[in-house]
Amino acid sequence: MKLKREIILPGDGELMLQDAMKRLAQPSRRAFLQRSLTLGGLSLLTGCTTNDADSIEQALTSISRLNDRAQAWLFDPNRLAPTYPASMITRPFPFNAYYEEDEVREVDGGAWRLELSGLIADRKPWTLEQLRAMPQQSQITRHICVEGWSAIGHWGGVPFAQFLRRVGADLSAKYVGFKCADDYFTSIDMATALHPQTLMALTYDGETLPPRYGYPMKLRMPTKLGYKNPKHVQAIFVTNTYSGGYWEDQGYNWFGGS
Amino acid sequence: MKLSDSRLNDMPAVAGKSKIVHPGWLRCMHWLNAIAVLVLVTSGWRIYNATGFLGFSIPRGITLGGWLGGALQWHFAAMWLLAANGALYLLTNLLSGRLRRQFFPISPKQLLFDLSAALKGKLAHADPRHYNSVQRLAYVFVMLDCLLLLLSGLVLWKSVQFPLLRECLGGYEGARYIHFYAMSALCVFIVVHVVMVALVPRTLLAMLRGH
Repeated sequence: MKLKREIILPGDGELMLQDAMKRLAQPSRRAFLQRSLTLGGLSLLTGCTTNDADSIEQALTSISRLNDRAQAWLFDPNRLAPTYPASMITRPFPFNAYYEEDEVREVDGGAWRLELSGLIADRKPWTLEQLRAMPQQSQITRHICVEGWSAIGHWGGVPFAQFLRRVGADLSAKYVGFKCADDYFTSIDMATALHPQTLMALTYDGETLPPRYGYPMKLRMPTKLGYKNPKHVQAIFVTNTYSGGYWEDQGYNWFGGS
Repeated sequence: MKLSDSRLNDMPAVAGKSKIVHPGWLRCMHWLNAIAVLVLVTSGWRIYNATGFLGFSIPRGITLGGWLGGALQWHFAAMWLLAANGALYLLTNLLSGRLRRQFFPISPKQLLFDLSAALKGKLAHADPRHYNSVQRLAYVFVMLDCLLLLLSGLVLWKSVQFPLLRECLGGYEGARYIHFYAMSALCVFIVVHVVMVALVPRTLLAMLRGH
């Protein structure tokens, strides 16, 4: 169920990989190359050099950017993800992160402040109490993981569009970015940020959001894959500059919509 | 009767004059499709391995992408090739009338006859430009199977955006199984297809150089 990071190296590939590493400064880019270099041994079978592997990756990355645009075009801001009866909720709802469950960060909700930056008029930090005082909504929707599995969960919280309007965010900006207490980070398109089912989740199944599901606040989007739904959100920024994400920088598609 | 006899007699002469079995556009599309399918199937296996939801995993050595993110990139790149090439193929075949000419009719009686002839090793291959009933059925099946793969893949990729298609295919989870089984059926086709080509090697030459 975990997002596993697998590194596979063919014996002969190690030397040429080392060579490639020297030329690559960005750690996430390095990690991506390391993982996809083998291509199931294809690059070795065909006698591809690291340069070839690099250009294949560049081509695949460009197509992934193209797929971002295709998905933005397909995305209907008014189309709702299906909702389900409570009887269909997956129990227990699976834990998922880039780390194991025993490494879940404990955030002090009382001391927690949601920081705002970028193209936002009112950037004063929010407390958990203030968020709880906002009008709340709940949803029973399907969480789809990039790995293929899915699970139905029950989240409650503040519609993100209302929050963005309340703080005077520039709604014509391209991106909304998130930084999290577990060092995770991601960014989404403004259209999805304003989708009626995009929720600043404060509860899970009627209870305060437990640490494993992202206490004190997780951004829940049933229109995006799991890795686009950041947990333990600590800072939100609105920007026109592409800022990627933890998994996105390693090769997962940025739009990640469903 | 005379007329049909003379026609039959003329056939080799006609075939001798224009020996082209597969026109260039068709060969080009066939090999583009082969590349797309190879990439999609092997990267798809790597994606499947992320959960192994049917209780087994595919040997890593025959998968493409190295890790889930890499496999997804290959998969979501090759899907455009399969879709564009497939759409162009179907459109060309429909508009030119080739689809009807080459693949229809498929009669059950002729199918049984050709199948038993094939199993006895007595199926005639006099004119490779004409498909026998077993070939017709197999090729029409694989066209429909690829269509199902594309539609179920669309549900897996964009399940929220295509509600009608999603519900038709049994929801997101239903589409996962359909996508996997349709892939398996495609693999069975490929194995049979390749075995047949190995038995009649000149069909490979025809698909490479046209005659």
